[in-house]
Amino acid sequence: MSNERTRILVVDDEEIVRESLGGWLEKDGYTVVVAPDGPSAIARLEAERWSILVVDLKMPGMDGLQVLEEAKRLQPELAVVIMTAYATVDTAVAAMKGGAYDYLVKPFDPEELSIMMQKIVSQQLLVRENTVLRQALKQEYRFRDLLSKSPAMQSVFELAKTAARSSSTILVLGESGSGKEVLARAIHAESPRAEGPFVPVSCAALTETLLESELFGHEKGSFTGATARRKGKFEAADGGTLFLDEVGDIGPKLQLDLLRVLEERKFHRVGGNETIGVDVRIIAATNRDLRKAAVEGKFREDLFYRLNVIPVLIPPLRARREDVPLLVEHFVERLGIEMKRRIDGVSPDAMTALMAHDWPGNVRELRNVLERGAVVATGPVIQLADLGLPSKADVAPRPGTLASLEEVEKRHVAAVLAHTGGNVSQSARILGIDRVTLYNKMRKYGIRRDGEDDSPGAAR
Amino acid sequence: MDPIFVWWIGEEEPDPQLVEHVRLHLARAFRRPAAIWDGEARPRHAFDPRRRQHASGVILRWLLEAGPGGGKVLGVTDRDLFIPILTYVFGEAQLGGRAAVVSTARLVEDVELVGPQLLVERLAKEAVHEIGHAFGLVHCDGEGCVMGRSPAVREVDAKSSELCAECRARLGTQGEG
Repeated sequence: MSNERTRILVVDDEEIVRESLGGWLEKDGYTVVVAPDGPSAIARLEAERWSILVVDLKMPGMDGLQVLEEAKRLQPELAVVIMTAYATVDTAVAAMKGGAYDYLVKPFDPEELSIMMQKIVSQQLLVRENTVLRQALKQEYRFRDLLSKSPAMQSVFELAKTAARSSSTILVLGESGSGKEVLARAIHAESPRAEGPFVPVSCAALTETLLESELFGHEKGSFTGATARRKGKFEAADGGTLFLDEVGDIGPKLQLDLLRVLEERKFHRVGGNETIGVDVRIIAATNRDLRKAAVEGKFREDLFYRLNVIPVLIPPLRARREDVPLLVEHFVERLGIEMKRRIDGVSPDAMTALMAHDWPGNVRELRNVLERGAVVATGPVIQLADLGLPSKADVAPRPGTLASLEEVEKRHVAAVLAHTGGNVSQSARILGIDRVTLYNKMRKYGIRRDGEDDSPGAAR
Repeated sequence: MDPIFVWWIGEEEPDPQLVEHVRLHLARAFRRPAAIWDGEARPRHAFDPRRRQHASGVILRWLLEAGPGGGKVLGVTDRDLFIPILTYVFGEAQLGGRAAVVSTARLVEDVELVGPQLLVERLAKEAVHEIGHAFGLVHCDGEGCVMGRSPAVREVDAKSSELCAECRARLGTQGEG
């Protein structure tokens, strides 16, 4: 019987009411406990979970409305029914405003009580079933930390799971923020190398010589500043997976070095003669069209083929909008845990806007937007205005003001960074400058990766 | 095996057929002897002049004192019953106890239109239902089961006078209750 799981707490200062109502509900199969006053009811609420609280409005000391308030704070999902000896509009309004499920006027009709309890039970059952179903669905839509119900992504998951079992090189293609590294980590975790290290390297973040030493390590004295021998990422990833992010950004010399390692699984440290052999699975990633770059002679064709053994293309978020609600729910849940506060979700118009947005920064941008929303939101529901989604007017200078060239540049750089979800490489490409120049401009104007002003005292 | 006693405690003259019908139904439903208990006493102190109804809880306690010393006892009355929190009840029982009471006062709805057999059937159902509580059974969602909740005559008419297989099984495990 479904009622067995329903626990009802009856609170009334009159023993005869507690007895007769408790007895009646027990015959309905509910688990019933009675309490004679507010404070003892609160103690019960603090100690255990309850499904329904039936509380008398008028009690000496702590009254029903005070119990209601405290109960909703302790157990927000609790259905609270207020009992009153005579209904006045005021008490009914106060009870409903305070979050009561309903109220009953004593003595009440057995049919009314029976129907009300059944309604609460079936609603709570629906909520529980919904939660279980959602969790089951999430498992189905999940590949480790990746979440999607789109058919395109489902086949990505399938391919990735199959590829994980082999040691072949995998090339992950996808726009910035689409989750290339998350997929690489998932493949590593699914592979027989899961116990080994996962070593990520961003090839775009370093100059060619630094990247060379980063990848292969160096011997002491091999260049100015090389004061000690240092192992590179290839050695660090021995027995595991090396993730080469933004592999399309590496220069010609490193392309050749990388090709050699991929062919021979052996290399030298910078400035060293010793041949070092490693057992490393390579997962490379890029948001560039490497095939086109290879045809145009900007990327070694032989290296392209070495990397392109198993290509996996992650579709951009705008091509799988059906994932937005699923991802929103997932991030909102995670943000709630991280921020230790209650976030129930986003408002319907916020969801509409999120569904309509183009997401150039993909899932990363979505997460950033939701994080901002969660910080700014005053209630448990994130509103449209909290999200700060860029409207077209934001990028253009405000009418009626004549800004300096520097001011316009600062604003534009910040807008592009916000647009790409903080992706420096993509922002640099949009702006038509190299990354170093962009970093310099960010430093100069005090702009953080997310496009926000970093200057002290800046309004946030 | 302890019997179930059926005792007319109404103010009007009892209808012997009605009481006999209840007795037969109880004997069949609980597979044990059921007997008529005859006593002159009536629970008049249970009358609440403010509500103009009889308090069923008071009657239950009185049945234990004034009725037979053993077995289960079902008081059948023509007076309207209430418990303090509800406007009326068709009957009440001690869950897993000895005493139960049912009233015909509200079961007579539409009887004039349909015929006296309707009241006989309704009373038998509510009698089995209340004695079921005295045997420790709680309300049941099984289709047509007599232990289904019936806050109005509509629900009484909709259910059967039988215990469903599950309630019967529970009855077996709970024994005398």
